[in-house]
Amino acid sequence: MIRTEDIVKRFGDKEVLKGITTEFYQGQTNLIIGRSGAGKTVLLKMLVGLLEPTEGNVWYDDTNFFTLNKKQKRAIRMQVGMLFQAGALFDSMSVEENIRFPLDMFTNRSYKEKRKRVDYCLERVNLGDVNDRYPSEISGGMQKRVGIARAIVLEPRFLFCDEPNSGLDPKTSIVIDELIQSITKENNITTIINTHDMNSVMEIGENIILLHQGELVWRGNKGQVLESDNEVLQNFIFASPFLQRLRESAVGK
Amino acid sequence: MFLKNIFYHFGRYVMMLGTAISRPEKISMYYKETMRQMNDIGIGSLFIVCLIAVFIGAVTAVQFSYQLDGTLVPVYYIGYVVRDMTIIELAPTFTCLVLAGKVGSNIAAEIGGMRQKEHIDAMEIMGVNTAAYLILPKVIAALIVIPMLVAIGAFVSIIGGYLAAVPTGVMADAEYIKGLRSFFEPFNVNMMFIKAVVFAFILTTVSAYQGYHVRGGSIELGEASTNAVVFSDILILIADYVIAVLLTG
Repeated sequence: MIRTEDIVKRFGDKEVLKGITTEFYQGQTNLIIGRSGAGKTVLLKMLVGLLEPTEGNVWYDDTNFFTLNKKQKRAIRMQVGMLFQAGALFDSMSVEENIRFPLDMFTNRSYKEKRKRVDYCLERVNLGDVNDRYPSEISGGMQKRVGIARAIVLEPRFLFCDEPNSGLDPKTSIVIDELIQSITKENNITTIINTHDMNSVMEIGENIILLHQGELVWRGNKGQVLESDNEVLQNFIFASPFLQRLRESAVGK
Repeated sequence: MFLKNIFYHFGRYVMMLGTAISRPEKISMYYKETMRQMNDIGIGSLFIVCLIAVFIGAVTAVQFSYQLDGTLVPVYYIGYVVRDMTIIELAPTFTCLVLAGKVGSNIAAEIGGMRQKEHIDAMEIMGVNTAAYLILPKVIAALIVIPMLVAIGAFVSIIGGYLAAVPTGVMADAEYIKGLRSFFEPFNVNMMFIKAVVFAFILTTVSAYQGYHVRGGSIELGEASTNAVVFSDILILIADYVIAVLLTG
């Protein structure tokens, strides 16, 4: 489990996060949603330790992350996998080398064992025969899947996904969502996804927090989204007239 | 404000080096990366270094023979001057100024591009010491390869002087050789290598600093690349003066 405690982040005079206290549960797909500029990415970067909070704490189970020294932080990070919005695959490396990179860097496994693990991860994300191809030679959806494979190669306990569906068509988005959710369940990991994809919210949102102008304004799960009368949530989820009509017909108004 | 800026960047530069010079997570990965960099910097720059060196030697020989015209200075002095100017000054300084343009801008663009495409963030999250992994192999590779390039450049430059002076009839073959063998001071070779090592360190670390701290988009990346070359060149010239004062004073 990951817990944040009164997280505040300021950039100069601008307060981007205003006292966020929340929990992200193990074995669940936890979603951070909100409009652009709400502070989602800043919160996610703080959770993985890329940014330090101005005030407040981030707890990994019973460990206060920002009180740790570099070596201890590194030990926590070894348990973290992250999928970046644009994949962040290393251009100069092939798909296999990309996935193998964490194994090469942090384990003493033999080449054969590493190769086996890479093949397993590729198979897990439903990719085959792309080992020798370079990131520029595969599609955006495939890059995302390779990103997931790289994120899970060290068997992390915490998985972070920054906008996993951005730039993908709806069908591929669903595939990626299902993949992330099944990996979460299979390995009982804590998954935190930063998204504004409505389909993800309604399909895999087991624990959802809504940020608005740096504040946590709503918390619930996918089942509670439609029933909530939180105005910010409704404005966010049903932003388009089409979705509004859909909602009205769903709740029988 | 100007001084404050200088201290700010110098402080960040020193802190970056402090982080970069640390125990590698996995020696084999750093070794592999160092080899790759040695190939990129060394083999990748060999042609341009040789091309420039041959013309430096040739121009030095032609200019000096023009200066000697109608004087009582023996003509074999051309060989002597080409050799010493090349070894003491032209080979290390010219080579490193050129490498600051070629290698330095490449380092800044490569690391800066990785910063912008979140590759560095990805490595950080994996637990990689990115300053060490991305910078240390480049510095080590440059410290090994650039003195070699400078030595090759000096040799080629002397050949360039020969080609400009002997086949064109400015002087006889034996005279040029006599000049090369006259008044030789072995310490000058040491000075050449000292300069090469110092300049190599400057051009790789300054360029890496520019790339590592880049923010924004393609315009900022271009600026970082330009700054890498400009600041490396300025610092190389300042270091050249300091070394000259310290070692010959």
